[in-house]
Amino acid sequence: MMQDWATSAIETAKRRGATYADARVMDIRQREISTKNNEVGTLAESESLGIGIRVIADGAWGFASTDRLTREGVQACAAQAVNIAKASALAKRENVALAPENAHVDTWQNPFLKDPFRIPVERQIDLLLAANKEMLRVKGVTLAEGGLSFRRIDQLFVSSIGSVIHQVKMQSGGGIVATSFANSEIQKRSYPNSFGGQHSLQGYELIESLDLVGNAPRIAEEAVALHSAAQCPEGSGTIILGGSQLGLQIHESIGHPIELDRVLGQEANFAGMSFLTVDKLRKLKYGSDIVNVVADARLEHGPGLGTFAYDDEGVPAQCTPIITSGLFTGYLSNRETAAAIGETRSNGTMRTESWNRLPIIRMTNISINPGTWKYDDLIADTDDAILMETNRSWSIDDRRYQFQFSTEIGWEIKGGKKGRMIKNPSYSGITTEFWNSCDAICSRDYWTLWGTPNCGKGQPMQTMGTGHGASPSRFRNVKIGVAFAK
Amino acid sequence: MKRTKTKSSPRRAARNSGEPGHGAQFTVAELERIAERLIAYSEADETEIEIDSTTDALTRFANNTIHQNVAERTISISVRAVVDGRTARALTNKTDEESLRRVAAAAATLARHQPENPDLLPMLGPQKYRKSARFFASTAAENPQDRARAVTRVCKMAEKRKQTAAGIFSSGSMQATLANSKGLFARHQQTRAEFSVTILEENSSGWAKSNSPDIGEIDPDALAESASRKCADSRKPRELEPGHYTAILEPPAVLDLVGFLFYDFAGTAVLDKRSCLTGRMGKKIFGENITLWDDVYHPLQLGAPYDGEGLPRQKVLLVDRGVPKNLVYSRATAKKMKTKPTGHGFTLPNEYGEAPMNLVFSGGDKSVDDMVRSTERGILVTRLWYIREVDPYEKILTGMTRDGTFLVENGRVAGGIRNFRFNQSMIEMLSNVEMLGAAVRAAGEESFEMVVPAMKVRNFHFSEVTKF
Repeated sequence: MMQDWATSAIETAKRRGATYADARVMDIRQREISTKNNEVGTLAESESLGIGIRVIADGAWGFASTDRLTREGVQACAAQAVNIAKASALAKRENVALAPENAHVDTWQNPFLKDPFRIPVERQIDLLLAANKEMLRVKGVTLAEGGLSFRRIDQLFVSSIGSVIHQVKMQSGGGIVATSFANSEIQKRSYPNSFGGQHSLQGYELIESLDLVGNAPRIAEEAVALHSAAQCPEGSGTIILGGSQLGLQIHESIGHPIELDRVLGQEANFAGMSFLTVDKLRKLKYGSDIVNVVADARLEHGPGLGTFAYDDEGVPAQCTPIITSGLFTGYLSNRETAAAIGETRSNGTMRTESWNRLPIIRMTNISINPGTWKYDDLIADTDDAILMETNRSWSIDDRRYQFQFSTEIGWEIKGGKKGRMIKNPSYSGITTEFWNSCDAICSRDYWTLWGTPNCGKGQPMQTMGTGHGASPSRFRNVKIGVAFAK
Repeated sequence: MKRTKTKSSPRRAARNSGEPGHGAQFTVAELERIAERLIAYSEADETEIEIDSTTDALTRFANNTIHQNVAERTISISVRAVVDGRTARALTNKTDEESLRRVAAAAATLARHQPENPDLLPMLGPQKYRKSARFFASTAAENPQDRARAVTRVCKMAEKRKQTAAGIFSSGSMQATLANSKGLFARHQQTRAEFSVTILEENSSGWAKSNSPDIGEIDPDALAESASRKCADSRKPRELEPGHYTAILEPPAVLDLVGFLFYDFAGTAVLDKRSCLTGRMGKKIFGENITLWDDVYHPLQLGAPYDGEGLPRQKVLLVDRGVPKNLVYSRATAKKMKTKPTGHGFTLPNEYGEAPMNLVFSGGDKSVDDMVRSTERGILVTRLWYIREVDPYEKILTGMTRDGTFLVENGRVAGGIRNFRFNQSMIEMLSNVEMLGAAVRAAGEESFEMVVPAMKVRNFHFSEVTKF
């Protein structure tokens, strides 16, 4: 049926005057479970099936979507997309031009071991309740929470150049949080990451690998201990970022500014633009010589939230060098923006949240390549620093220069040894100054492909999952503690 | 209710067959029939049906041309089942017989597979609701050609001034139905139109945005004119030292800051000790000039007159002259906290309880011009960006200024400045408000729309400066 709907959409669009058309039929199934203080919070399952049709007519774009999947409904939707494109042409300056792409006929599914939708709900609830119980055993914990989420996306892409691509993606995610209120202060610890935990393109084996129950007592104790920890000092100095925090740093200060739609002004009203103007490509010293960053959507990079076989424009997954020995070497592009800057091919980053959203340029897996350091050697080599772990807040300006992050917990490093706990750690800086101050990156043994499930962009807003491989790394001369300065 | 003016024959055929066409929403009668069928199919002890039918369209422009132009039609059918004191929810967007039966069964099956919920209350019976007029046929009838013509005018204006325009023009409609097996039935219809524009030059930008259920209230040309003027006035921005300044915050900037307080007024947030009001209720923590209501019935507000369980929403005085007076409560939270529900509960099951979604500040009588004239040295802020919570109890927020930040000197706007980062406690800020404008319906990017005034705030902490 999926192919009938998509083919009918393409034929109708062409008959109505479209010079290019593609259609995505997506069938999405989700399960959300959360618990709080030994009780079930959310328990819901959902399914959503529909078609999104994108066309070029009169040299301009149109997009329409519907969940009325009858022959008449799909044809009317395709006709509406063409009608919208013709309206777009009223404000056209020049015809849309696309970088060339071959037709692809393929089928792909990400590998996974355990289908999370076949794992009994009771077992999933019991896991979270057991973690809740462990956290609440710790005196001083006032709130214990946990959550699991699973998503299966079955999608068919068909285009007027002859592509027919069927992909099935299985995503899993989960995490726990302990919160402690005391002495007019709220402190929180999350595991394995904040804002929903770890997420990846895997089955239930991801959840089993996290050992949520085993880690619950530790984070509960840390949340309580933070109340009596020393306040993060103000000043400038050395910081070591844990892998998940570095992943978010990459997301905000590398992943977003390399989006070519931002660079070309298409996001100026909402998500913002980028300091990485096209004159900086292959000229800007983005980071220090040891900084190497890639945008890699291929499965061999890992089961990240940005892993796929083809993007939502029918372009195969690729690995693009973004920063090479510190030099800025690549953007994230689609067929339209690649053509606009004279590239011969899109590097395949068009992604859509669902059938009712237009694909836009999104991060895939934007990862820093592992360095050479062993973690213990890095600590031993550091005379005076603060180790910061697990993001608490994040903010960056709309051209991606100036950022400020805070983390849930910090640790003083003195004389090569990890010392006392630090509360309310924060740091800030200017993107290129920060990346140029990186002087140590831990090795593959400490490298994790973190999942960020909540990246918002576009109008109407779309939420997308992105991947960020990172290992603990050290940065010098960083401004520390501004967030709490009086 | 959105209806495109496409006159395609498949659409007409669909209409003639009694089925909704692609672009048309389901009728109220159709939604009612779906709800009735689902309740009949359900074998749960109690069943609640929530159906949202939506059409939306959005024209997006940048670089003085339309680059994205989209439309969608969606339905969400949600079933909550209660079985032996347990509840769960299942959702679908499929309306065929088999799918409806499956979603009803799925909700009941999910509900069975969990421990009993001691806080779960029986579903409500029939309720009475106040009427609201939030559906405008002219908004629903807006089409892509109308939007393209307005966008073309704005782009041409920008081009003529050697500026670049980017933004959106959107419109849509929704109808919601909430029903349960105890005889409750609620429905709500609403339209929505929005225009947002950023005007750019080489080293400056300006922004304006407005939304309303009535598209007649939206004036794209006036909004573009305002953004263009701000862009021109902020050319060649100078860099100021970070520090504590008097800040004049236009309504969108106020909205995006105070919006972060909304969940603090939830009974559940206080019960869970994650609200900044924990231990502060009844104490004067804001200035005397701060009074705040939640009022879905306010003429500048939007939203349904009932909550996630179908309980009528009440108008609630949240802050009275600087003193947090009341919280809002779902039925379950009210029972736990030994008080009465206020009609602010989220759809069940959830762990967050409730929240006020229709904040209305009492405001004052000063204009932004009055605020500028009375300021010896300060910062005028058009909008804020990427606001995040740094400290949940002191309610310290961080973020950036954006698209029109000005130095005010000796009662005059003295030119544009580079954008600042701020780190500011909301509790301190709302204690330092020197002047208030009239409360207006403001639209920002970080918060849902509210009725808020412009504010002149002393001692606002701009902590760092960026490069543009």
